[in-house]
Amino acid sequence: MGRSLKKGPYIDYRLDNKVQAINESGKKSVIKTWSRRSMISPDFVGHTFAVHNGNKFIPVYVTENMVGHKFGEFAPTRNFRGHISKKDKGKR
Amino acid sequence: MARISGVDIPDHKRGEIGLTYIFGLGKSTAQKILDQAGISRDKKVKDWTDEESNKVRSIIAENFKVEGVLKSEIQLSIKRLLDIGCYRGLRHRRGLPVRGQHTKNNSRTRKGKRKTVANKKKAVK
Repeated sequence: MGRSLKKGPYIDYRLDNKVQAINESGKKSVIKTWSRRSMISPDFVGHTFAVHNGNKFIPVYVTENMVGHKFGEFAPTRNFRGHISKKDKGKR
Repeated sequence: MARISGVDIPDHKRGEIGLTYIFGLGKSTAQKILDQAGISRDKKVKDWTDEESNKVRSIIAENFKVEGVLKSEIQLSIKRLLDIGCYRGLRHRRGLPVRGQHTKNNSRTRKGKRKTVANKKKAVK
């Protein structure tokens, strides 16, 4: 079920403040964030975010198409490399 | 034989059902179209007059995306997901269920026919 429209999109206010500060200063820098649950708002377009995936930060360059998605969608938390074959067993 | 929005030729069926042969129209939209056109839902497609079928055609053309247009729209939105590299796009790429279903069993619609892994022995007691 989607979020109620009345509330508007959810954006962590700290993240929002950071982006606004950068927008005003005109500098470009990577913004580190743990806030995977934040919606990508139109103001974020063109910035690079380092989104935490529980282990490390994944760089995400925000484009126009990404607006409306959440940061977590762009930083996968699981890394499935396939099942271990018989030969490799025991090596790990 | 009635030809509505391209290739579709539903015939000896009731209008309500016949229209569902068009990709993008289900029973409820078919009912809405017929009601709007003032045709009985039970009337068979072959009994429609030219005027009636033209009316249906124009209603579909104005209000609904069907067949090729709809299919291409679906493909475009999938492509968008692939391009932005989000989780849903990755699932599409891998041919796995997109909406968070479990994949230990089932989900054969997405995964296709079973691929048996050779020499997978059962655990020895």
